[in-house]
Amino acid sequence: MPRMRMNQAIAQAIADEMRSDPTVVVFGEDVAEAGGPFKTTDGLLIEFGPNRVRDTPISEMGFLGAAVGAAATGLRPVVEIMFIEFLGVALDQLVTQGSKFRYLSAGKVTVPMTIRASVGAGLGFAAQHSQTLESWMLASPGLKVASASGAENAYGLLRSAIQDEDPVVFLEPRRLYAVRGDVKVGSNAAIPLGQARIVRSGEDVTIVAFGSTVRVAVDAAEQAEFSAEIIDLQTLVPWDRQAVLESVARTKRLVIVEENPYSFGWGTEIATKVASELFGDLEAPVLRVTTPDVPVPFGKALEERFLPSTSYLLAQTRYLLETGTLPRPWWEGGPT
Amino acid sequence: MRQLLTPSGDLVGEAPFGLDLCVRLYRAMVVARSYDRKCVALQKQGRLATYAPFEGQEAAQIGSAAALEPDDWMVATYRDAAAMWAQGYPMELLVAGRTGDERGGSPPDHVNVLPPSITVGGHMVHAVGLAWAERLQGSSRIAITYFGDGATSEGDFHEALNFAGVYGVGCVFFCQNNGWAISMPRSAQTASETIAQKAIAYGMPGVQVDGNDLFAVYEVTRQAVERARAGEGPTLIEAVTYRLGPHTTSDDPGRYRDAGEVEEWRRRDPLERVRIFLSERGRWDPEWQAEVEEKAAREVERAVELAESLPPPAPGDVFGGMFESPPRHLREQQATLELYRAAGEG
Repeated sequence: MPRMRMNQAIAQAIADEMRSDPTVVVFGEDVAEAGGPFKTTDGLLIEFGPNRVRDTPISEMGFLGAAVGAAATGLRPVVEIMFIEFLGVALDQLVTQGSKFRYLSAGKVTVPMTIRASVGAGLGFAAQHSQTLESWMLASPGLKVASASGAENAYGLLRSAIQDEDPVVFLEPRRLYAVRGDVKVGSNAAIPLGQARIVRSGEDVTIVAFGSTVRVAVDAAEQAEFSAEIIDLQTLVPWDRQAVLESVARTKRLVIVEENPYSFGWGTEIATKVASELFGDLEAPVLRVTTPDVPVPFGKALEERFLPSTSYLLAQTRYLLETGTLPRPWWEGGPT
Repeated sequence: MRQLLTPSGDLVGEAPFGLDLCVRLYRAMVVARSYDRKCVALQKQGRLATYAPFEGQEAAQIGSAAALEPDDWMVATYRDAAAMWAQGYPMELLVAGRTGDERGGSPPDHVNVLPPSITVGGHMVHAVGLAWAERLQGSSRIAITYFGDGATSEGDFHEALNFAGVYGVGCVFFCQNNGWAISMPRSAQTASETIAQKAIAYGMPGVQVDGNDLFAVYEVTRQAVERARAGEGPTLIEAVTYRLGPHTTSDDPGRYRDAGEVEEWRRRDPLERVRIFLSERGRWDPEWQAEVEEKAAREVERAVELAESLPPPAPGDVFGGMFESPPRHLREQQATLELYRAAGEG
């Protein structure tokens, strides 16, 4: 397996899809000449030319809407939203237009497009370039939402996203772009959407993570004196209910770690499902480890405090296992 | 403002088409008006959901659609049923769409018309993408998008025009300036003297045309379509027309506009001037008119019957049309619902 950075895995996934399917086109801001601000489209312009790889005006609504139209003719646009925050000015095209065409046309007009966006904190980009914001899209029927958690699955998930016949939002944690991993490549390496991955097996507790928090959870499990099973959801819509329920039915304890404000994060959906289905089997309440309900701080010290870290996840999980009750979060004086 | 046929039926330039096509388009306008009035009546009887009438805008829609090739793309709105029908969209599906049946959004394969946009403005960029993608795939199809004067205040309009201008795509932006965006008059919508002049900022031609003049609408659209097809880029057309009826069947325009203004526009009826033109050339008489109207009414009646004879959707159909391969939890929900319904418990 080749070893590469996550941004290289992304560029290779797009390139391999473009090689195998001439209808795949790429456009967005600075994706062609510059190869993308995070170098996720590096080399595409040279290999595939300006018809299939094209820079657009700074106009997210314009190019996302154009992608919806282009997809309706049978093209497979892969568009890049440089920072997920910029999706705010184009959200209509995603949640009200593109994701509803199949439904509104009784299946006739399909929109096989992929929207890639960088997400998350950790690089000192401050409050307006560090959010995750996936919650915007999760309750919008007609969309699928997946995230890479490193180079290892970025390639395979993105290939599936591009091949999908419906709109898929593909999230890329910014702080992982430069991190290297061993990547399985080729046409057999696609990872099906909607399928979670058991990253590490364990017996005492199930830790469910997504995107940037997968690495945090794995690091915590490696340091822990207890045995934690780590599940990388990989896709949030639809999320793999079976994998989570089967795991928690064995471990009887669930911790959800997400890079999201505590209130209304996707973890609440998973907590509700598990608490409802496995009510009598749980040996502890479901614990959610998140950020506080505040914007992402700019300064390094506060940003580090803000993000769910390995030591914080360990301390919180340890408290849960030892007491069978919920620890308070750090912003309420809980264990860190 | 481009005009070829005055409200009193005088030709003030060269007709862009022969008498036979003129007769055909006049008939189409009669059918469109018949459809529109029928839909308003059906809505009052509770047989249709909210309806947005287009009476007064028949020339703008029929004249512009007539300038297209049958397989060109059309991206229109809730008020553009006449244009959509003229581009091949089966009338019964237009009616079905207004009864709330999603099957109405799925025309036959050869009809390149997207479901009508119900939100304001978000659809214009789709036409840009369609036109660009067609060119990329080596096709000569162009795209036309319809919108109102109100939509030009949306950011979508500016991004669509800017994008189309920069990429030089074969897209025709057809604005029906009908004077009113619900209760907001055109004068309060933008400080620009015309909507057509906004084209200058995006590096494309902008043309203002008498939108109640079938001849002029056809001519300027034809020119824009030819430009688009030749790879010379987009055009913005402002068709100045008037919405004689309410915004929708839920609206009372008496609260915000003068009856006198409506009367004034009635005297500029888009059908009447063509009727005079044909009459003066021996192609119109009252008997023929009665026959045309009767045929139109029959065509509309047949479409309504077809739409209303569609079997009603089953509860499980809410799951249909969401994904090519529905996720497991949705498949399970649908299967469970059908099981309970089969057992008579749903």
